[in-house]
Amino acid sequence: MILFLRTLLGVGAGLGAGLGVAAYVGESPWKVFKILMGSSFGDAYSLGTTLLYAVPLLLTGMSVAIPFRAGLFNIGAEGQLTIGAISAASVAILLPDLSPFFAVTVAIFAGALGGGLWGGFVGWLKATRGSHEVITSIMMNFIAAALASYVVLYWIKDPTSAAAESLTIASAYQVAPWSIFEGASMGLALPICLAVAFVLHFALERSVFGFRLKAVGENENAAQYHGISRERVWIESMALAGALAGLVALPEVLGNAYKFKLGFSPGYGFVGIAVALVARGKIVHILWSALLFAVLQKGAASLDLETEKLNRDIVYWIQALIILGVSAEVLWSRIFEWRRARSRRKAQAPT
Amino acid sequence: MIEAFLFPVFRSATPLMLAAMGGLWCERSGVTQIALEGFMLIGAFFGAVVALGTGSAWLGFAGGIAAGMLFSMIYGVMVLHARANQIVAGMAMNFLAMGIPPVLSAFWYGSGGSTPMLPESARFEWFPIYFALAVVVVSALLYSKSRFGLRMRFAGEHPKALATSGVSVLLKRWQGVLISGACAAAAGAALSLCLASSYSRGMSAGRGYIALAAVILGKWRPVPTALACLLFGVAEAAQIRLQGVILWGSEAVPVQFIQMLPYIVTLVVLAGFVGRARAPEFLGQVE
Repeated sequence: MILFLRTLLGVGAGLGAGLGVAAYVGESPWKVFKILMGSSFGDAYSLGTTLLYAVPLLLTGMSVAIPFRAGLFNIGAEGQLTIGAISAASVAILLPDLSPFFAVTVAIFAGALGGGLWGGFVGWLKATRGSHEVITSIMMNFIAAALASYVVLYWIKDPTSAAAESLTIASAYQVAPWSIFEGASMGLALPICLAVAFVLHFALERSVFGFRLKAVGENENAAQYHGISRERVWIESMALAGALAGLVALPEVLGNAYKFKLGFSPGYGFVGIAVALVARGKIVHILWSALLFAVLQKGAASLDLETEKLNRDIVYWIQALIILGVSAEVLWSRIFEWRRARSRRKAQAPT
Repeated sequence: MIEAFLFPVFRSATPLMLAAMGGLWCERSGVTQIALEGFMLIGAFFGAVVALGTGSAWLGFAGGIAAGMLFSMIYGVMVLHARANQIVAGMAMNFLAMGIPPVLSAFWYGSGGSTPMLPESARFEWFPIYFALAVVVVSALLYSKSRFGLRMRFAGEHPKALATSGVSVLLKRWQGVLISGACAAAAGAALSLCLASSYSRGMSAGRGYIALAAVILGKWRPVPTALACLLFGVAEAAQIRLQGVILWGSEAVPVQFIQMLPYIVTLVVLAGFVGRARAPEFLGQVE
């Protein structure tokens, strides 16, 4: 409970400080807050668009949270989702005649496989060569960006477009949006990703796999002693993380743009770190934490349009301040301890 | 020919060397530093703002460094006192640094994330390049020949030994963080005041991460790190030079592969195929 309060305190402090900046620039914080909320939940279309941000963040949030259980920091979700998206798009463009029955499944699989290999490689490097996963993931992010740029420009480029984007994927691969969202490109990706989250929740909390992750994360030596190979856990968890990030291909490529656009991700992989952190690595909490950060991303665009002095970049402040607020563990726990100590002193004082 | 090649190499390596020296000291003192990218943006932006306001490149450079040090203090408080995870806090600093320039430049200049062009008189032609070389030389001397260097290294390798000898580990780590703020901000100011002629959005373009890669490539030692920066400088200069050049066959080398090169080299080194890189023993641990 105190943990939850602390998280809430961190989020509140971050949001408050961000809105304080808005006030400094000369916009009413209340107005900014209303714009953020209104543009996210105002009507079915807005809600659908917010979910369009929330679903990738749910995936990348889990992609960060799962290796974190095993004590690994996956800072490479951005590269993994790039590779996943370009893999799915390439399959969808290079195999246009697949029957609709298989097409989407194959493309999703290609995305997860691409991302999974990209992430698994980082785990493999750590397991066999001892290379720190944070640095290798950062390098892999840059390599992924360059590789995707090469593939999209040299292999599957749309010759009629001036932008760096691929051809449109065949119709068999296109996942139609649901009409309840009144035009927002959100459809089948939502239940699929929620189902993935549901399954992973049980896999983490109730399965042998989840136990092995936790064992390695909590105490490597004890885990080794009990016959759990930490190397295997590292590779598995990073491959799973990569596959989850690669799944972003589903909402983005198959469900929304119907093509691969270079730089399509507004930093989903990095915001995923924040999502996982605020959720403290619990899948159930990632659901709302992904929604929170989606609101910020969605609201950013409206801040550009609906305020005079603020632009979308204020959202970076709010995100950063929320991360700092939540990660300042000791600060909050000290405050709690100090209050508890004071009440204890008071209780003891009369004697 | 050699001059025509060396000049762009040193030019591109200048911000890398500065940021890498900052990262080196910070990591040597035991604090993981992945926020160099953000510190660079802050230095670049405030360097340009001060140079624009005062019309002096010198004041701009100093202002950028001061802003970088102030900004790095947030990081210092977060990781050294509030005990935030250093990688998480570092990423947050990068986010914050991405947000600060656009919001302030909209407020001050009414522009979406860049400063107006700097006049010729408020820019440098050579100074940051010499400054970077000087920082490398000073770092190398301090590293191997001074008590300061030895203590910084102990803070990262064996903090208990340092504490036992009566030196505050916390102080050493604070120095590491502040040096990284100052150096990375100087790197940023070199970008906006020398390599370019104004601050533009996201102008560090991953250089902070390359600088970190150079630190690892140089095995956390100043001279090898500076050489690694030069290597990356060659890659960057070659990238511009090789655009559209045909090396073999009939196709030009795709520029993407040249872009990848520094990162692949770093990966290979990290994987221990070219001699193992060993991080300071207590890197990232605050007891």
